[in-house]
Amino acid sequence: MTRIALFGGLYSNYFALDAAIEDARRRGAEAIYCLGDLGAFGPYPDRIYPPLLSHGVRCIQGNYDNSLAGGLDDCQCGYTDPRDNYFARLSYNYTFKNTSDENKAWLQSLPPTMRLNCEGRRLLLCHGSPRKINEFLWESTTPDQFLEYLFDESEADIICATHTGIKWYRKLGNDRHFINVGVLGRPENDGTTRVWYTMLSLSLREVLVEFVPLLYNCEALARDMQVEQLPEEFIETILTGWWTTCLEILPHKERARGRF
Amino acid sequence: MTIPRVRLSHLDNLWFQVSGTLCNIACKHCFNNSGPNVRTFGFLTVEQVRREIEAAARMGVKEMFFTGGEPFLHPQLVEMLKLSLEHAPTTVLTNGMLINDRTADRLAEFERAARYSLEIRISLDGYTEAMNDAIRGMGVFRQALAATARLSQRGLLPLVTIVRTWSEAEELETLAGFTRTLTAAGYARPRIKVLPALPLGRELERSPELAEDAAFLTDEMLNGFDRDLLMCSNSRIVTDRGVWVCPLLVEKPDARLGDSLENAVPEYMLSHHACVSCYHYGTICSNPSADGRIEGKAENATATALSG
Repeated sequence: MTRIALFGGLYSNYFALDAAIEDARRRGAEAIYCLGDLGAFGPYPDRIYPPLLSHGVRCIQGNYDNSLAGGLDDCQCGYTDPRDNYFARLSYNYTFKNTSDENKAWLQSLPPTMRLNCEGRRLLLCHGSPRKINEFLWESTTPDQFLEYLFDESEADIICATHTGIKWYRKLGNDRHFINVGVLGRPENDGTTRVWYTMLSLSLREVLVEFVPLLYNCEALARDMQVEQLPEEFIETILTGWWTTCLEILPHKERARGRF
Repeated sequence: MTIPRVRLSHLDNLWFQVSGTLCNIACKHCFNNSGPNVRTFGFLTVEQVRREIEAAARMGVKEMFFTGGEPFLHPQLVEMLKLSLEHAPTTVLTNGMLINDRTADRLAEFERAARYSLEIRISLDGYTEAMNDAIRGMGVFRQALAATARLSQRGLLPLVTIVRTWSEAEELETLAGFTRTLTAAGYARPRIKVLPALPLGRELERSPELAEDAAFLTDEMLNGFDRDLLMCSNSRIVTDRGVWVCPLLVEKPDARLGDSLENAVPEYMLSHHACVSCYHYGTICSNPSADGRIEGKAENATATALSG
């Protein structure tokens, strides 16, 4: 049996990252992977890098990281709503300005996807989807036959992604498994302050997907966000668990479950 | 200068022009000239829709879209939406006027039971009756608003699509106006998607200056451009007269690719003005939840609605 921990978007939430690394080690994770979007949303983006490096967390590039590393104008989330764009821009400009050149260079060095062979299974780690770094794979808009197509094209048995901010898992025929690992950066629009990561246990016989809820010092994060004058709307999300911005990307089912 | 060809790289989106070009209203900016008594295209049958949904599922389709004309003019639309939702997330583009209590009940009922999202896109073109009805016709405003409230009362959150008819300076005020209007009408958590104008159909007659911007795509323009953003690389539309390359080109004879999805030719030569619109406004047809597409590069757009 091999146990690995999978982290989704960190969004500069160093409090949650520290808590998750400790939690994952305690649960016996042999390796930790992060599927990208290290910066965004939260304060002091450079604080995310030391724990990643010192604990040997293996990272791939998210769309945010790709933008920061390449000096692009925006985060490539593709918002069209002016309010969403306003907040996305504010967050991106803040993160860009406060990420050191050294860390941007490190982001540039990250691979866009990663393949692992484990217990006879082929894993593909990606940020959005195997074919596109910023494609959203939501539970309610990703039908089975489309997942099958992604598995066929990527020659994988297990695909892990993040990007949407909400975890989900589906097992298909032929022992294929799709996992959206969730995110550590902010709560998942469920009215609680919990964030989530995934523990994946693999053996020749079985694939065990466990979503791990994590409580961390969200008040301390909120205080740091206030000091950095990040928008009240972002702080509200951290403290209430409801998304207040960038809502347009949510499909109907996921949107209807939230408050806004 | 050569005209580019684009192949279907994967069928992400399958469209159905389910009610043909028949519509209960005649918006001034309609891109495919739909309206009362316009029968350029006719109704699809449930059997045609079923056959193509099944073919699309075999091709790994990601999303389905139902448009027209006004889709709710088709007496079996709800049945088709239900069928579609069994296979994939489904979007219907409507003016909302025909969504009565009974229809809203049925939509809400099967949406709740479905695994995938149902998106109901309702078109609106102004946040006052005068603004909206000047473009969409008398009485349309009130009926569209009533539909948003009716759906929202049943837990459905329609996506209100608005064609941009204002300047950048007026943007926030305009969108706040829409939010106010929708909330006041009983739609407490309005979802809004802003669409750009397309220099096509009736919009071209209304705003002939748009024609001056129209040109043809060239291979040079596509150098370094992500072709996956073009509808012809990821979508097809089924009509009662066969399968066409995309919803924007259903009036162009060369855009008909075959009788059915399975025998439609996979490659298309992008020889129309509309292809330039798609190049500029790749976001217009997809839902915001689909992927992070780059917003249209062209600026100062006016107006055209995709349906309803």
